Amino acid sequence: MTRVERKGLTRRALLGRAVAAGALAVAGTGFIAAPDAAWAMEVSVITPEQMATLMQMARDIYPHDQVADRFYAVAVKGYDDAAAKDLVDAGIAALNAAAQAQGHADYLSIGWEEDRVKVLQAIEGEVFFQTVRAGLVTGLYNQKDVWPIFGYEGESFSQGGYIDRGFDDIDWL
Amino acid sequence: MVAKFDLNDDSVVVIIGTGAGGGVLANELAQKGVKVVALEAGGRYLPDDYINDEWDSFGQLAWLDARTTSGDWRVAKDFAGLPAWIVKAVGGTTTHWAGASIRFQEHEWKALSTYGAVEGANLLDWPIDAAEMEPWYALAETKLGVTLTEGRAGLPGNNNYKVFEAGAKKLGYKEVHTGRMAINSSDYDERPACQQTGFCFQGCKWGAKWSAAYTDIPRGEATGNLEVREHAHVARILHDDTGKVTGVEYFDKEGNLHLQKARIVSVAGNSFESPRLLLNSASSMFPNGLANSSDQVGRNYMRHTTGSIYGIFDKPVRMWRGTTMAGIVQDEARHDPSRGFVGGYELETLALGLPFMAAFLNPGGWGRGFTTALDHYENMAGMWIVGEDMPQATNRITLSETKDQWGLPVANVHFSDHPNDVAMRNHAYKQGMAIYDAVGATRSFPTPPYPSTHNLGTNRMSERPEDGVCNKWGQTHDIANLFISDGSQFTTGAAENPTLTIVALAIRQADHIAREMAAGNL
Ligand SMILES: Cc1cc2nc3c(=O)[nH]c(=O)nc-3n(C[C@H](O)[C@H](O)[C@H](O)COP(=O)(O)OP(=O)(O)OC[C@H]3O[C@@H](n4cnc5c(N)ncnc54)[C@H](O)[C@@H]3O)c2cc1C
Ligand code: SF4
Repeated sequence: MTRVERKGLTRRALLGRAVAAGALAVAGTGFIAAPDAAWAMEVSVITPEQMATLMQMARDIYPHDQVADRFYAVAVKGYDDAAAKDLVDAGIAALNAAAQAQGHADYLSIGWEEDRVKVLQAIEGEVFFQTVRAGLVTGLYNQKDVWPIFGYEGESFSQGGYIDRGFDDIDWL
Repeated sequence: MVAKFDLNDDSVVVIIGTGAGGGVLANELAQKGVKVVALEAGGRYLPDDYINDEWDSFGQLAWLDARTTSGDWRVAKDFAGLPAWIVKAVGGTTTHWAGASIRFQEHEWKALSTYGAVEGANLLDWPIDAAEMEPWYALAETKLGVTLTEGRAGLPGNNNYKVFEAGAKKLGYKEVHTGRMAINSSDYDERPACQQTGFCFQGCKWGAKWSAAYTDIPRGEATGNLEVREHAHVARILHDDTGKVTGVEYFDKEGNLHLQKARIVSVAGNSFESPRLLLNSASSMFPNGLANSSDQVGRNYMRHTTGSIYGIFDKPVRMWRGTTMAGIVQDEARHDPSRGFVGGYELETLALGLPFMAAFLNPGGWGRGFTTALDHYENMAGMWIVGEDMPQATNRITLSETKDQWGLPVANVHFSDHPNDVAMRNHAYKQGMAIYDAVGATRSFPTPPYPSTHNLGTNRMSERPEDGVCNKWGQTHDIANLFISDGSQFTTGAAENPTLTIVALAIRQADHIAREMAAGNL
């Protein structure tokens, strides 16, 4: 979580100049932040707009309404890397081109998930989409902080297993 | 005291791989006073080292060296470089395994005679039968401490089992229980009872589940007759000009090549690596690979007809709590062609943690159809199918263009379902979903087979040398002092999880080898 920072007022100041980008705000100076400034992420290689696009893609590929943006941010932050830049540049350009072909300004400006999904379906055979999707399988679901949201309890040996902690406690059958 | 043998000691039995087959064979021979060098490509991990975390454990234990895939199975598309989920470590896949330990049914030793010829299938009868195997199964059950055999109590049912059992009974299934499991229901053989930790697939940190890593291997070493060399990857089996094998070449951790001489060589690297090794050992005398005059090395690859079924309920199940696979319905394991296929299948409970559930629920899937299922992870119950699949000559291991870190051609795994496999899987999907629907599932769905956990048949046993690679002792038809000791010797796969049979065959083979050595025949 190194680049995901919880910031206060200074970030708010930045956000004052931000342009709306989906549910997220993109500041002009290498930051992307939640509208309420609950968290922010610094990008150094790709643009904030590209990071916002990746996050929206992540939400649309694996939408869980109970999972906050910051978990998706952690899952895609690795694309802010020189090694990934070409993939991201070309991939997002193709994504936006697909959006335009379906009559939208670009992917991020599409209001309904249903319409964004149609755009994603147009590029789902491409390496870019498959890389992002496959990366999310571990990038999102292998975050230990995400597990409790789904009820999963993780490691149990240190607590003595479930033998005294409800391995057979089902009561509704 | 742990033995140390010289590289030039040509009186030793060299065993390649230390899993269910090789690990047990090594100990059984050592107990009989036979000197053994066991070479294991992976490292050594014990219960303290195991990790209660699916991906971290996978990174620690799984075989991650390159492999390639082809054929129309979905694994070739979804997991192109990972055809199997198996282990590279001392103890082999017995660290990962879930412990389900059931005997073949009598008729399954004679698949060709029982089912008749099936078009497109390369069916064959085993050269052994149930009566022959009975005492070896009994020894294997004692070794593994299998529950519900020899008076041992069954495991208590966990939440996932209770849902499964209730549904199965409503459907009228009769043979429903918590399984014959190599997991202690009470203290046994210096190992504790299961603590219902729920990470059986990640290595049992209590040692409640049998694994060669902390039973047979150290016991063999304690005799002073067994040396296990870890991080020793065998590259080639060597032979002399009489056609007898003389030793093996292997790479150590640093990549140095060594030559270990041997009186007998046993191949037990699991069903991809064993044929790969025989093929990679081709020479001017054996241009098609060792023990391959039949052209059957690598063919007839079987992986069981599998697939999983998950049910979602309106209330919590918490399937991850407790044993991963202690629950079985055996009613469908019978041979009953009126169902539209030959052979049968078992249904067994199965639970995955959230990270693996996400990876295996519908590989490649995305969008709300996928995520709304995962949203109810806490309310989910799971089971999987283990059915007999048809051996096909074209489902096979060949050498790939791709090379591994040692510069050796890797295994290409080619697999396509036989129509019988498809018919069986569809039947099982229907029955599995009906089980959950019977107890009020609000949604139930089938999921495709994972990368293979059961890998069988690629050096099969046969009565006649032209039909297979080894005889009823696992001894290769072509080379008297070369043995096959793992799941690759399976003639057919039966409906049962394979490991009890692999272990029983290894105990029997050790007895045979020791006897033949003593008689001067080997
Ligand atoms: C998740 C999971 C759950 C399972 N659950 C069950 C179950 O409940 N019941 C059941 O019956 N079965 C189960 N199985 C299957 C079972 O683990 C295998 O059938 C069994 O371990 C196979 O035994 P083997 O001796 O053929 O190979 P393995 O146990 O895989 O051992 C092969 C060993 O050989 C080594 N090796 C390979 N090539 C070389 C080489 N060139 N040089 C040196 N060493 C080499 C490998 O590193 C490995 O350690 C499960 C498997 C998995 C993955
Ligand atoms: S559930 Fe039982 S057998 Fe499985 S890992 Fe835990 S203690 Fe071991």
